[in-house]
Amino acid sequence: MEILCAGLVGVMVAASIYLILDRNLIRFIFGLILASNAINLLIFAVGRLDSQRPPLIPDPATAAQGSFANALPQALILTAIVIGFALLSFIFVLFYRTYQELGTVDTELMRVAEADTNNSLPVSTPPSGESA
Amino acid sequence: MSGLLIFPILLPLAGGVIAILVKTNPKRSLQLALISAGLHTLTSGLLVYHVHLNGILATQIGNWPAPFGITLVADHLSAVLVMITAIVNLAVTAYSKADIDAALIDRGYYPLLQMLVCGICGAFLTGDIFNLYVWFEVMLIASFGLLVLGQSKSQLDGGIKYVVINLLATLLFIAGIGLLYGLTGTLNLADLHVKVPLIANRGLLTAVAMLFLAAFGIKAALFPLFFWLPAAYHTPPVAVSAIFSGLLTKVGIYALIRVFTLVFTVDMGYFYPVLLVMAALTMITGVLGAAAQNEFRRILSFHIISQVGYMAMGLALQTRLALAGTIFYLIHHIIVKANLFLVSGIVHRLQGSFELAQLGGLYRSNGKIAILFFIPAFSLAGFPPLSGFWAKMILIRASLEIHQYWVAFVAAVVGLLTVYSMTKIWAEVFWKPAPQANHFSEAMIPRKSSAWMLAPITVLAMLTIIIGFGAEFVFKFAERAAEELSHPQYYVNAVLGNRQ
Repeated sequence: MEILCAGLVGVMVAASIYLILDRNLIRFIFGLILASNAINLLIFAVGRLDSQRPPLIPDPATAAQGSFANALPQALILTAIVIGFALLSFIFVLFYRTYQELGTVDTELMRVAEADTNNSLPVSTPPSGESA
Repeated sequence: MSGLLIFPILLPLAGGVIAILVKTNPKRSLQLALISAGLHTLTSGLLVYHVHLNGILATQIGNWPAPFGITLVADHLSAVLVMITAIVNLAVTAYSKADIDAALIDRGYYPLLQMLVCGICGAFLTGDIFNLYVWFEVMLIASFGLLVLGQSKSQLDGGIKYVVINLLATLLFIAGIGLLYGLTGTLNLADLHVKVPLIANRGLLTAVAMLFLAAFGIKAALFPLFFWLPAAYHTPPVAVSAIFSGLLTKVGIYALIRVFTLVFTVDMGYFYPVLLVMAALTMITGVLGAAAQNEFRRILSFHIISQVGYMAMGLALQTRLALAGTIFYLIHHIIVKANLFLVSGIVHRLQGSFELAQLGGLYRSNGKIAILFFIPAFSLAGFPPLSGFWAKMILIRASLEIHQYWVAFVAAVVGLLTVYSMTKIWAEVFWKPAPQANHFSEAMIPRKSSAWMLAPITVLAMLTIIIGFGAEFVFKFAERAAEELSHPQYYVNAVLGNRQ
């Protein structure tokens, strides 16, 4: 089960790196989403997947017996998902505002902040009132 | 005494929440932020005093015993960094009175600023690596908001580069945390110190160390990973770039120091030589990048990079003196760098530009500001007896002691080139006659500097002088901090008590 999970994480990370290397920012963001999900799976897998018993202690006993599922990675993943969701919604809004202002999704053409006054690349004005 | 550990995090958090409620009222917002920042400075001063007298302070949140609950720990390094964060926050908050207009305050400037400080202090004080990740995120999301507040074209352009690379860094960081947890079964830093040497799979451990190096290297703007910084730091309002330049990269350096002196204490093979080369290249590229710039804040941004190289160099040299040098450097640099950005804001207010070509004549017209620039600028360049001289001297001496002559040479040459950049600003902005107001007429309307801007700059410049003349005391403090870092047993005992 861990090996399967590790393989899946590997494929997902490889795909996300392919997307992240793209000049198109939309692809970059999808790569980021894929990578963050891959890492959540990774944390799930390193918590060991060999037992499906819930980490509950039956009534008369005071300690759990035998092997049971590890609850901590799930708490970590939950935290990471919540934080990741907040960051992603921010980056989508930021991305949309940037597209509105700069009129491009190509990172090569985003040269406003570090404009070279001698030969700045042309940045087209965004079509007004059009959504991405 | 656990209150001392919690208040530096709770105060800005509470301040930030209340600031949301009054954000439509600029005057009330400022009062609230000043009170919060003042109290924060007081409590963090008490924290430093307490830690200096009684040694490392640790507390378990929710009374869950370590390593199961979340631990807050303050050793000398954490405590002094929290105090400097509070001082810079107080200075920037006062400066914001003159620099930030009502529209930005209404969009949530003060709540974001307070949350940023909350995240930074949390990162300095936590004793749990997953909690460190959470504080990083708190800090990041607040910094994202501050960076693009106002939404000008260049802010959005710089902002998107800053955001995407920092998100990538946090992904690497959390991947490293996950793998480390898989190897050791714990997240508590002190417990990790105990369990990491027991790991049999040293290859995987090195891979995890490299993940941390890449993640913190991006945050700290080390050599091949720094490109986001000069793209973004000159775009937001001056108060925002000042607090960013002083504190954000330093949180990355702090995390590097903490993790590599406490967790990865086993023989790390080529790790330290790699870090040393990275540090040297960081110094060189930063200072050369600055030499090529002609805009006030962009020159300063590149200098952040070269200065971060010095701090990484102290960590890479691994001796106690070198660590003390890094800590001295941190204390000196945060104050000086934030101050230089604040000065650039005054210059912009007086002459309406950050471009060196459009500035000039300030020595004649505003001698006071020229002196206030001179102190931090030549402290940064390392002129005795200002604070930067001692910081550089300790580091160079530490590298000579262990016969790393080449890195001492690099550090000295980079110091010299820093003088070149600072002299360039000095000559262009202060000495040369003011340019004719031909194509810049509307910006040349003379505006007065405000006492709200001058006061924080004066206080920070005084602190630079005090650190310079009181170098022996600061150095003793830094040595104590380095002593704790090179003997992680103190930290482990403070957190885990006598249970091991």
